[in-house]
Amino acid sequence: MKIESRSVNGVTILDIHGKITMGEGSRGIRDKVRESLDGGVKNILLNLGDVSYIDSAGIGELVSSFTTVTNQGGQLKLLKLTEKLEQLLAITKLTTVFDFFDDEAEAVGSFS
Amino acid sequence: MGDEVEKENTGHARELEISFGSHLGYLDLVQELSDKISLLVGFDEDARYWIGLSVRESVTNAVHHGNELDEEKKVGVRFESWPDRLVIYVQDEGEGFEESDVPNALDPENLLKPSGRGIFYVRSFMDEVCYEILPEGGCEMRMEKRLNNQKQGDGNEN
Repeated sequence: MKIESRSVNGVTILDIHGKITMGEGSRGIRDKVRESLDGGVKNILLNLGDVSYIDSAGIGELVSSFTTVTNQGGQLKLLKLTEKLEQLLAITKLTTVFDFFDDEAEAVGSFS
Repeated sequence: MGDEVEKENTGHARELEISFGSHLGYLDLVQELSDKISLLVGFDEDARYWIGLSVRESVTNAVHHGNELDEEKKVGVRFESWPDRLVIYVQDEGEGFEESDVPNALDPENLLKPSGRGIFYVRSFMDEVCYEILPEGGCEMRMEKRLNNQKQGDGNEN
């Protein structure tokens, strides 16, 4: 897994590449999220369009990042879910928890 | 295996069995094996994906929870390919667990927990899942996917 961080209109966008799995060390997302929070940016968008695979540990990492940001008074949203990832989120009712978008500009504009 | 399984056995099974020390580095290998064997049985791409995920989750549980990442302890995976189905056994050296102790991933109080979804996914994607504490010690999970029932991620049947 590789994560690149960029800032657009006051939103931290984390572009995540590769696998988010138990074997790959999925904690990297949480660390990057914390970096953004420590830097004072509480609106975070996870771009998952280039995620090739995710397992339940990876889903747990997304949830953990979400609660971390929410507890700090921020917002964490998801961008470009793959079909399989959306199915995994839907089955566990997490589509009711996360805001997710296909379009980056729309996602960035949604942060209040 | 029980009587119910015995009576359904038509044709013959091809078997492949591997055993390895408890290390998460084997997850990709086991998943690739699952993909290849699922293809040979005749599952479509979606079904192969979900079978692979189920195998990965089961082996992760065996390595992580069953054997507590102790590389001296073995995880065994056996694939039984039947003309009409694939049966997969995942065995560890742990003490097993009570299914009733596994929290329901869909309960509102569990929705935001970081863990506890692996077995839920396996149950969602496979047609049958059961566990057995083995008399010689250890725990075995048996999961079955039938070729004519390729449910794909609807997740509502349990």
